[in-house]
Amino acid sequence: MTTTATAPNSTEVQMINVQVDGEWRQFPKGTRLIEACMKSGHYVPHYCYHPKLSSPGNCRMCLVQLGMPKMGPDRKPELGEDGKPVLNWSPRPAISCAMEVSEGLGVRTQGALVEECRNGVMEFLLINHPLDCPICDQAGECRLQEFSVEYGKGESRFIEEKVKKPKRVDIGQNIVLDDERCIMCSRCIRFMKEVAQDDVLGFVNRGSHTTLTVYPGKRLDNNYSLNTVDICPVGALTSKDFRFKMRVWFLKETKSIDVNCGTGTNIVISSREGVIHRITPRENDFVNSCWMPDSHRLNFKYLHDDARLKAPLVANTPASWTQAITAAAAQLKAIEPARLALIASARMTNEELFLARRLATALGITQFDVLSRPQEGDGFLIANDGNPNTSGAKLLGLATGQLSSIATGVASGAIRGLLVLGEDATKCGIAEGDLARLDALVALDILPNRTTPRASVLLPASGFAEKRGSMINLAGRIQRLNRAIPAPGQARDDWEILRDLIVAVGGQNGVYSVEEVFKTMAAEIPALKGLSLAGIGDLGVELALGEAAARR
Amino acid sequence: MAIVVQRPKLSLAEKLYLPAVLGGLFLTFKHFLRSLGGKSVTMQYPEQRWDDKLPPWYRGAPTLVKDEWGRERCVSCQLCEFICPPRAITITPEEIPTNDPWAKVEKRPKEFEIDMIRCIYCGLCEEVCPEQAIYLRKDYAITGYSRAEMKHNKEKLYELGGVMPGVVNKWNENK
Repeated sequence: MTTTATAPNSTEVQMINVQVDGEWRQFPKGTRLIEACMKSGHYVPHYCYHPKLSSPGNCRMCLVQLGMPKMGPDRKPELGEDGKPVLNWSPRPAISCAMEVSEGLGVRTQGALVEECRNGVMEFLLINHPLDCPICDQAGECRLQEFSVEYGKGESRFIEEKVKKPKRVDIGQNIVLDDERCIMCSRCIRFMKEVAQDDVLGFVNRGSHTTLTVYPGKRLDNNYSLNTVDICPVGALTSKDFRFKMRVWFLKETKSIDVNCGTGTNIVISSREGVIHRITPRENDFVNSCWMPDSHRLNFKYLHDDARLKAPLVANTPASWTQAITAAAAQLKAIEPARLALIASARMTNEELFLARRLATALGITQFDVLSRPQEGDGFLIANDGNPNTSGAKLLGLATGQLSSIATGVASGAIRGLLVLGEDATKCGIAEGDLARLDALVALDILPNRTTPRASVLLPASGFAEKRGSMINLAGRIQRLNRAIPAPGQARDDWEILRDLIVAVGGQNGVYSVEEVFKTMAAEIPALKGLSLAGIGDLGVELALGEAAARR
Repeated sequence: MAIVVQRPKLSLAEKLYLPAVLGGLFLTFKHFLRSLGGKSVTMQYPEQRWDDKLPPWYRGAPTLVKDEWGRERCVSCQLCEFICPPRAITITPEEIPTNDPWAKVEKRPKEFEIDMIRCIYCGLCEEVCPEQAIYLRKDYAITGYSRAEMKHNKEKLYELGGVMPGVVNKWNENK
């Protein structure tokens, strides 16, 4: 490695030589010093720095010691015996978050000076902190707690009266603010300004009386407000929905994806003993960065609804699964294929859609479609499509545009048997009265709707957090859903129900795992060639959908 | 390698068994005679109890306590629920309404259950409590006719615990 910088090239990113804790490394120009340190495997504690936000440099936690190359009389850096520049170490620390890497820069993330600085910063941050960890929701995932243990003194020398600030301030429909816990890192202010572009938060007063507040007459009612709770390093901003519900150390975290729109936001489902307590966004720079809309993250309560379908029903009387599947198969087979139709849902996973297509083939059904859900997006993370798997339904050939003809067929009596998977048939243009006239109405769903009471066979299925599978977002990225909680009662995985139906109507031998379904599907669909459910990974895989869709 | 355990070397009297049997009979008979003389060596439980002789560190049933101002000490941090080895504790937290005199504390248990069938009286809950709200008191005879009865709810736990003054002053308005 030489110290002479490579000539700036328009196509190539300029690489900068930086010494981190004695080791010379190269980073692209524009890298923040704190990122360079962390990429080198040296963790630098920080509060205000966030990779997706600007650096105000106000928490002072990321202090490091800097060394500048020693310059000779010829204004060229002096080289040591190893051919690397000799560094002059500064006696004063500097913050690493608000500084970009520069040629020949040296940085020490360890050592007496740095440790003493961190210790001092921690002591200052804690002087007015209420230390109400036993009731604070952040306890367990609080940076103040973590760094206090790691870098703090463990005791306070502050004997003066602590500054009293407003507590339990209702600043928005989803947010409660505790100003005493705030350490003035300004992450929430920068998030609202830079990402949500709704600049309602700010600091008032000075010194230790600095207080976070909303602009007079305004509230933090933005649909992205709960992201401020996620990025708050302490417990100052708390979610009304999650507040005092469950301590975080009890929560089991399951990586999954959001199913409220076509964006496919990556999420973490936090559950304990089969109950979901919160949903938080998971970082995926290809999809949602670190953010998520409030309306989507709070939309999970329906999974714990008392009205959930828990047992299979045949003619509205509880039946065993075997009875229900046999009855459904017998009813559907009794009708000639031309008078049967299938309505699937673009809220189903690829595996379920694939099996739904197979079921249609096994029954000889030619009329099938999914219900589209156009909606007005917000131009950020809420897509214009309310279905999470429209791309999957198109890829698997279930989005046919036949829905209106199916509705007409049901109305005219041309269709005598209907299979409704995860949708409300009355929302597909079919009148409730017409449903009652059908010879067979097999419905699969998780909650009762206007179709389920009229179903001749009703099959209880699983919600998005209760099953595994894959979905393809609008950008053509295939991503995984994972099982966080068990399905209630006797409800089963949708793909298992579909598999049993296929076997019951005389299809081939069944498959026994969702991986196997994916494998079969990948062998048949060119766009999924070479993929496996495990191979998709946590961040998903982008599919070459354009050509694949054209080929079909 | 196998370990060879040496058998004890027995004397002739020990090998004969009979002297030991007679020795046992003699002891029993001695106690029998003493009890005839009114010197009882057994305690008639449950009419007679050792309760006043229990040491101060005795670990009986875990209970919840209130402070001298009648505030329930527990803030529902759930650390005891976390530490409890047999998972006997179940807490449902709730927010204290703003019109409550202790609204400042913000959080309290809505329900606090200790399953006394599960409890092993280890005292870890008392040790871990940051608010000094849970104490193992001297009640040891926890009985019931059903499993449901053996679950101590919040009301029962406060009834057993009573008041424990001092120690934590954090929520005192003057502190």
